[in-house]
Amino acid sequence: MAAIATEAHGHIDSHDHHEESFVSKYIFSQDHKMIGKQFLMTAVFMGVVAMILSVLFRIQLAWPGEGSDFVSFFLGDEWAPGGVMKEDMYLGLVTIHGTIMVFFLLTGGLSGTFSNLLIPFQIGARDMASGFLNMLSYWFFFISSILMLASMFVETGPAMSGWTVYPPLSALPQAVSGSGMGMTLWLFSMSIFIASSLIGSLNYIVTVLNLRTKGMSMTRLPLTIWAFFITAIIGVLSFPVLLSAALLLMMDRMAGTSFYLSDIIVGGEMLTNHGGSPILYQHLFWFLGHPEVYIVLIPALGLSSEIISTNSRKPIFGYRAMIGSILAIAFLSFIVWAHHMFVTGMNPFLGSVFVFTTLLIAIPSAVKVFNYITTLWRGSIIFTPAMLFTIGLVSAFISGGVTGIILADAALDIMVHDTYFVVAHFHVVMGLSAVFGMYAGVYHWFPRMFGKMMNTTLGYVHFWITIVGAYGVFFPMHFVGLAGAPRRYYDYSVYQDFDADAFEMIMDLNVIITVFAIIAALGQAVFLFNFFYSIFKGPKAPQNPWKSNTLEWTAPVEHMHGNWPGELPTVHRWPYDYSKPGADTDFIPQTVPLADGEEEH
Amino acid sequence: MISKLIVLAVIVLGVVLVAQLMKLHELSSKLGGKSEAEISDRHNKMNANLMIVFILALFAGFIWLMVRFGWTGRGMAASVHGHELDWLYNLNFIIVLAIFFLTHIVLFYFAFKYVRKDGVKAQFFAHSNKLEMIWTVVPAVVLAVIIILGLQTWNNVTAEAAPESIRVELFSKQFDWTARYAGEDNTLGKFDYKLTTDDNELGLITTNTLDSAIHHMDNGTSGIKALEEKLNDHTLALSPTDRDKMMTDLDRKGRLIRLLHQMKGRHDAKVDAYAWDDIIQKDTLYLCVGKEYEMNFRSKDVIHSAYFPDFRVQMNTVPGLTTRFKFTPDITTKDFRKTKNNPDFHFVLMCNKICGGAHYKMKMTVVVLEENEYNDWLESREFETFKDKYFASK
Repeated sequence: MAAIATEAHGHIDSHDHHEESFVSKYIFSQDHKMIGKQFLMTAVFMGVVAMILSVLFRIQLAWPGEGSDFVSFFLGDEWAPGGVMKEDMYLGLVTIHGTIMVFFLLTGGLSGTFSNLLIPFQIGARDMASGFLNMLSYWFFFISSILMLASMFVETGPAMSGWTVYPPLSALPQAVSGSGMGMTLWLFSMSIFIASSLIGSLNYIVTVLNLRTKGMSMTRLPLTIWAFFITAIIGVLSFPVLLSAALLLMMDRMAGTSFYLSDIIVGGEMLTNHGGSPILYQHLFWFLGHPEVYIVLIPALGLSSEIISTNSRKPIFGYRAMIGSILAIAFLSFIVWAHHMFVTGMNPFLGSVFVFTTLLIAIPSAVKVFNYITTLWRGSIIFTPAMLFTIGLVSAFISGGVTGIILADAALDIMVHDTYFVVAHFHVVMGLSAVFGMYAGVYHWFPRMFGKMMNTTLGYVHFWITIVGAYGVFFPMHFVGLAGAPRRYYDYSVYQDFDADAFEMIMDLNVIITVFAIIAALGQAVFLFNFFYSIFKGPKAPQNPWKSNTLEWTAPVEHMHGNWPGELPTVHRWPYDYSKPGADTDFIPQTVPLADGEEEH
Repeated sequence: MISKLIVLAVIVLGVVLVAQLMKLHELSSKLGGKSEAEISDRHNKMNANLMIVFILALFAGFIWLMVRFGWTGRGMAASVHGHELDWLYNLNFIIVLAIFFLTHIVLFYFAFKYVRKDGVKAQFFAHSNKLEMIWTVVPAVVLAVIIILGLQTWNNVTAEAAPESIRVELFSKQFDWTARYAGEDNTLGKFDYKLTTDDNELGLITTNTLDSAIHHMDNGTSGIKALEEKLNDHTLALSPTDRDKMMTDLDRKGRLIRLLHQMKGRHDAKVDAYAWDDIIQKDTLYLCVGKEYEMNFRSKDVIHSAYFPDFRVQMNTVPGLTTRFKFTPDITTKDFRKTKNNPDFHFVLMCNKICGGAHYKMKMTVVVLEENEYNDWLESREFETFKDKYFASK
């Protein structure tokens, strides 16, 4: 099965005799390493924007109605007269925060960065199957990022209907001001984003299937590659459905169709749309929306599998079970979408089916968790910052996963649906886990990306501030939700009219949450500083800093087109021969042939 | 402005400060001859210890939250099915918390215990079918229990309401709720959004409302005739955009009135009675303790969600679609106040689906009464049926 990439590919010749210009090297680059970095830089920028948005609305939630210089600094007098943000702006901030975090940071940033960086490196290829498409994928991502940012500056404000942009709210500018120009830009941005994601994913799939080096069979692939490969397949199957949902919404908005609209009177105007269904949109949206959770999560799990094994100096426990559980999760992710819709008025029997399939996902997830934990058992753990973040990931994956059991249970969902319990759940399982995975990836592969080392001490400071801040935000948030507080509320003053005790509890918790959120946000400044400082001033990286087995560490540290000078490496073993009995060192790179009498795992 | 400059200055100075500290740190580590790739035993040990400190702090914090806000922070349920849900909740929480605590103890303990030590090599332990079988089967069994119990409850909660249950409609729009009681016949009057006028906010169908809707569409202040007149009036100077707007409006109303005439053609006067005895109620929803209610939800504009936290009820209201939820309140407001120790407490209906700027203010007070109090209230509304109100406004 393993396709053999030969020298006939031609890249090797080309890199010798043409000097790259600044534009072709740094801007319109077709080199996978550079494109990976471009994705990372863009995503980091978008992530910082989304984080600032979250701090802004956390301030509103903790101290409603109190003027804040910080808020007025960012929003100005138009949207925050006297430093108190307007209701509409609050919804806009929440919406754009969610959109950027889910799509631009965790999809573009995680999958885009690390698939690009690691797929060619870890399978032993000179580059992606199509460098040009790869470049296109980044530039589409870039354009969609610009559009999304631009949407925050239009006069009527950004999209304000939540990141899920349910119609009719998102279809009717009369219903909320953000559904005007802001929403139009949102839809254009997302459509271009989807194109970017599709082009990227197709490229990843083709590359993994066709360009593996000699000896790199599918069962010798590092788990990272398995994760990116499966993620790409999920993306290819589900993103087009979101595109169709977005296109139908555009038509409802611009062409007077009635896909999602029926029997509506809004702003005193009786619309003629009849026969459409807002529920249809939700089905289409969540057909992507749920797999999207795994598009975000699986790459993080892949990265952490690699890191936990390297830094425990032990093979990952249950390599095949890990692959099997990724496959099972990927398959199940397509047949659980309606668990987001238990209380939409959907047929209850249909609900039961989705309860069943959703809870099944807990089984492969549990297998993964236990395998991670067993990998630590009797290891020889080295706490690099990447390893710390990986342990943080496993912890968040558990804490967020178990609350999923409650939300997946339709009967229990009735009560906590759309409350802060849900917000806490998905932030822990998808936000924290995936962000921890991303940080782990950045710390671990930074030497590979930039040829420099990041500062370890700052890495430690960053990790401990982040995990304390993150749990400090999201544990209390579960309680806000259980107290019944609905999400996307500008403030909770309404509680004063009927339950002053609940009001007090919600306010107390909101203050705690916001304080931790600000601490966590400041903690990220440590990372940003470390990241940029190390790119320019960090100490030079050795070739294989973490004593790792995979192929990317056999390539020279210097940036070069084609990755390896001379022949491509040949693979003789799986990537997890750490501390193998009988070996001299505690790691055996994949390129080392089996010794006499040595059994391959 | 000055405060903004100060903020910026502080940020810039902060970055410069850290940069200087970094340089210092790097110089000193260069002197010591250590590289970033090698993690010293001291650092390793420190992180291992922090693992234990962290997990203890996390558990302590979590337990503090549970103590401070009462187990899982929910108040008591106030409906029949709510108690069933709460029981299931508690069971699920026990299972979930057990998993959370056990796995976290193991995870962080291993991270602490197996930190690198001189001369101790990691054990090459790549897989074990037996272990993997155990942690596939055990979760599967636990989940089977959760699924079976969950689906039983779900089926009970979502089953059809009994025929004698009281029908009430909750009508949502930006940003308030209106209730409609089905009246003596316990049958809600039929409705169509096209019949919505000022004196028929819910668009109920009767012969009179149909006629009046048609009349309104034709002769209202911005009805078809008025629009046509304006468009044909050559003395009026209309901007092209205004003209376009009015043309679209006219077109839309033309389509609507054709539909209204069709509806009128099909209308059966017998259904009028269903609507005439309905009682429309704003601000406060009155319910009778121990009676089963079938709530019918409608929306005028966007999706809202009817959320009664204390009754453990939630259902979206969807334009173009009627959704339903049945429940039986089993404690009066008065008694519930005693359990809460809060004389000002009220049950509430909130909106729980983002619906626009004032989403957070969209609520309705709910009062659960004893049967005799409830009957008194009904009697007080005897002459306030839709029919009474409709003709009174004429």
